[in-house]
Amino acid sequence: MWQQLCTELTDTNFTVLAIAEESRGNATARPWIEAAKADYLCLIDVEQVVAARYGMVNVPQAVWIDEAGRIVRGPETAGSTDHFRRMDLATRTMAPDDVTARLAARAAYFAAVKDWVRTGRYALDPGAARAALPEITPGIAAAEVHFRLGLYLREVGREGEAAAHFAEAARLHPDSWNMWRQAADLEAIGNSGGPAFWARVKALGDRPYYPQPDLPGFPAHPA
Amino acid sequence: MGRIILTEEGRHDAAPGPGLWLTAVEALRITGWELKPEGMCRGAVCVPLAATATRAGEVDLAAFWAKLGAPVVGDDSGGVWSLGVAPADRRAALETLEAPDFTLPDLDGRMHSLSDLRGKKTLLVTWASW
Repeated sequence: MWQQLCTELTDTNFTVLAIAEESRGNATARPWIEAAKADYLCLIDVEQVVAARYGMVNVPQAVWIDEAGRIVRGPETAGSTDHFRRMDLATRTMAPDDVTARLAARAAYFAAVKDWVRTGRYALDPGAARAALPEITPGIAAAEVHFRLGLYLREVGREGEAAAHFAEAARLHPDSWNMWRQAADLEAIGNSGGPAFWARVKALGDRPYYPQPDLPGFPAHPA
Repeated sequence: MGRIILTEEGRHDAAPGPGLWLTAVEALRITGWELKPEGMCRGAVCVPLAATATRAGEVDLAAFWAKLGAPVVGDDSGGVWSLGVAPADRRAALETLEAPDFTLPDLDGRMHSLSDLRGKKTLLVTWASW
């Protein structure tokens, strides 16, 4: 989906750097990257190094980085919304209004990025950018070491021990969907989400799955 | 059997030993921290070590890591260790607003760094197949 943005901004000094948070690596990411026909860089982040360094917890999240390599907007949801939470699970379909609203949110996000690239608008000043950065708690830092150990143990065939460390990572960093979904059995969970995923989403209650960015076109409570 | 030590930078081999006791040479190679009379040092920074955390040119890296406020965890056998980054260091790095650099492979295994894109406005976006 980012190719469209790159194409529309081809006359500017802009690029997308897409990071696949794929603990199972190339085999899982390849079909998606090839289907995207991307002319921007797509990298594979097996150990979720990018999520760790930027304090990211879900996908898609994006960071805006200026020409000097400075963060002008920290991690935030990149055009996704919570409308999926009220889809009809039997048919896996969303109400037409929700589909429309979801597409409008993506368009609003793209418009904001384009405005930033062309005019600098929506880049936060350093104080505001700093204030919007995520907290990195001791629990989050500890979750990382369990996650990395789990990846290693899974790779060498010690699946049971790996699962225990993945579970501990998810417990220590409960806000991270990245860790939880990478630890869970991808076959069981799949792209559309299995029962465990939906139970975890439901447990959010009033809290958002995709917190909305403070940008035009994003009401505080869209769904 | 030797030990495996996992860090953000990669996977490192260490000789067999108790817990996470390493020789000074191994500790320096794996972490960049050097054992000196005044403690563990990296660049201009030295962190004093408890008397129980060093002996005969070796260092208890688990104790040192805990002193740094950074997480460390081992597997059940003590053969594999995972060293993390202190949350305060992570946060401090972010607060400089200099986008933390990283180097990762593309599908063909070629390595690329975020810093290669310096000079362009960059949308750093994560995604996943799940």
